[in-house]
Amino acid sequence: MNWLKNFVRPKLQKLVGGGKDIPENLWHKCPECTQMIFHRDLDKNLHVCHHCGHHMRISAQKRLEMLFDDGAFQKVEAAPTVEDPLKFRDRRKYTDRLKESRTKTGNNDALIVAHGKISGIGVVVAALDFSFMGGSMGVAVGEGLLTAARLAVVQDSALIVVPSSGGARMQEGIYSLMQLPRSIIAVEEVRDAGLPYIVILADPTTGGVSASFAMLGDIAIAEPGAVIGFAGARVIEQTIRETLPEGFQRSEYLYEHGMVDMVVHRAELRDALGRVLSLLKNQTPAAHVLPMLDADAKGTGGVPNIHNPGKPDKG
Amino acid sequence: MHSYLDFEKPIAELEGKIEELRHLTGSAEINIAEEVSKLQGKIDKLLVQAYSKLTPWQKTQVARHHDRPHALEYVTALIDDFTPLAGDRQFAEDSAVIGGLGRFKGNSVVVLGHEKGSGTEGRLKHNFGMARPEGYRKAQRLMMLADRFALPVITLIDTPGAYPGVDAEARGQAEAIARSIETCVGLRVPIVSVIIGEGGSGGAMALAAANTILMQEHAIYSVISPEGCASILWRDSEKNEDAANALKLTADDLLELGVIDKIISEPIGGAHRNKQAAIATVGTTIEDALAELSGIDGSILKTRRREKFLEMGSKGLS
Ligand SMILES: [Zn+2]
Repeated sequence: MNWLKNFVRPKLQKLVGGGKDIPENLWHKCPECTQMIFHRDLDKNLHVCHHCGHHMRISAQKRLEMLFDDGAFQKVEAAPTVEDPLKFRDRRKYTDRLKESRTKTGNNDALIVAHGKISGIGVVVAALDFSFMGGSMGVAVGEGLLTAARLAVVQDSALIVVPSSGGARMQEGIYSLMQLPRSIIAVEEVRDAGLPYIVILADPTTGGVSASFAMLGDIAIAEPGAVIGFAGARVIEQTIRETLPEGFQRSEYLYEHGMVDMVVHRAELRDALGRVLSLLKNQTPAAHVLPMLDADAKGTGGVPNIHNPGKPDKG
Repeated sequence: MHSYLDFEKPIAELEGKIEELRHLTGSAEINIAEEVSKLQGKIDKLLVQAYSKLTPWQKTQVARHHDRPHALEYVTALIDDFTPLAGDRQFAEDSAVIGGLGRFKGNSVVVLGHEKGSGTEGRLKHNFGMARPEGYRKAQRLMMLADRFALPVITLIDTPGAYPGVDAEARGQAEAIARSIETCVGLRVPIVSVIIGEGGSGGAMALAAANTILMQEHAIYSVISPEGCASILWRDSEKNEDAANALKLTADDLLELGVIDKIISEPIGGAHRNKQAAIATVGTTIEDALAELSGIDGSILKTRRREKFLEMGSKGLS
């Protein structure tokens, strides 16, 4: 291993003529502000740029570690589905693309399902991995969502889904389109059981994924700056032949247009989820201790000041 | 009179000849009649030949043919007392989705369809069948109405897709489509969908989560247009034919994949060559489909519809 290439700051590397490639695993360039961020800082900061606040895409694995209490969770495998149902081939075989994504991510498909606790409340989380074929939804993702929904029902817990996806998986043709109703039916099963369905819209949530389960959350939370919409920006530009408005299809734009409940910084997601879950299920926060009512308050009909000291009252 | 597709060139030539002959008024009128009928025989043979083995890309052209009967033509011919209902009660009326109450073979129904429009003015009015959120929200409203009054729902699918525009996105295109699908799958009344032309992606799916899905012989149904697929996966807009082949968007393929329930045959040379016959066949097929669903309890209809879509993807092509 070349220590220069791997351990020296990229700037220094440039000085010593180490070539233009930056060791990916040590230094990351923020795609928004192009500042360099040391990997440990990036990890510590949940892959949010500390210069500009840009929320970078993260793997489904990291997402789960970040959301569950103490990063502890149990993964659940969905039943296997038909691989390459259309025997699809574009410039490359779909099976080759699948193989490559599997090697790259270590996952079987784009959705990871897990259960565990958030703020002490049992939940099932399904997260899409953008690095697996753009987080696209084919039959396996549909199956995963169904598995997640049914697990939530069996466990009497909430379902939380974190999309990060370009949309339907074209290589599965009509079957990917059929995952729109299929995933919606999965959500309906959770609703029918009277359980909360919460969506955390992460960058990007577009196409067939946005036009199905992703936009149907009882509560819709978006990460800052995420691209969320149905049609791709380029397609729209080509159709209307004008430049798009500032911030178009970003979380904040959706918030202003009434399409999401809140835009929440990644570092505050777990708390926000915990709060929403406990409110929906009308649970008293575990750590909360009711203050004693003194005789005076009783006598005057005073109401104790109930608040959760551990959590700030902001979204 | 006809607008011809590329592969119909030999047919166009023969029909041109017939036209010429018809304009020749002269001595040998009997011979002309004979010649015309001979040519017509040839044309019919060529049409049968061409249309029996259309490639997926050719079917795409047929499915989008300007003269192909559109939703409103079906409604006019098949629905008595059609009473259009307008608006989503939130923002606007969207003519890309038409709908209303009417009587189909004697019984009240709610009918919905994507309308592409005819002629330049019509196409603009109906936005080429590309709906905005208001169209899908009107659809939801009418489906809920059907549910409340226990009326079956018929949907006619014919759209290039949802409208890709700033205004549509601002008003929640994705949510509108998702909610429309959700409404479809939750209905406690029969819903029969017919793909009468172009079943384009989420915009089509919004009205097509039905108990029975029928599809005309030369219609197409796909997650993305061949053009879109070619430019994204092949990075080459010339690869439309390859994309059309790969997507398995024809009625035959979709029947094999278990996505549709039945193929409705079209007149020789496609629905646009004999609209009346095409519409009549669609009418009787819908009638049969509704008859099969009638008398079934609402919750069972819903359960079966859910089961049907939960199965989608379990079969592969052999
Ligand atoms: Zn930055």
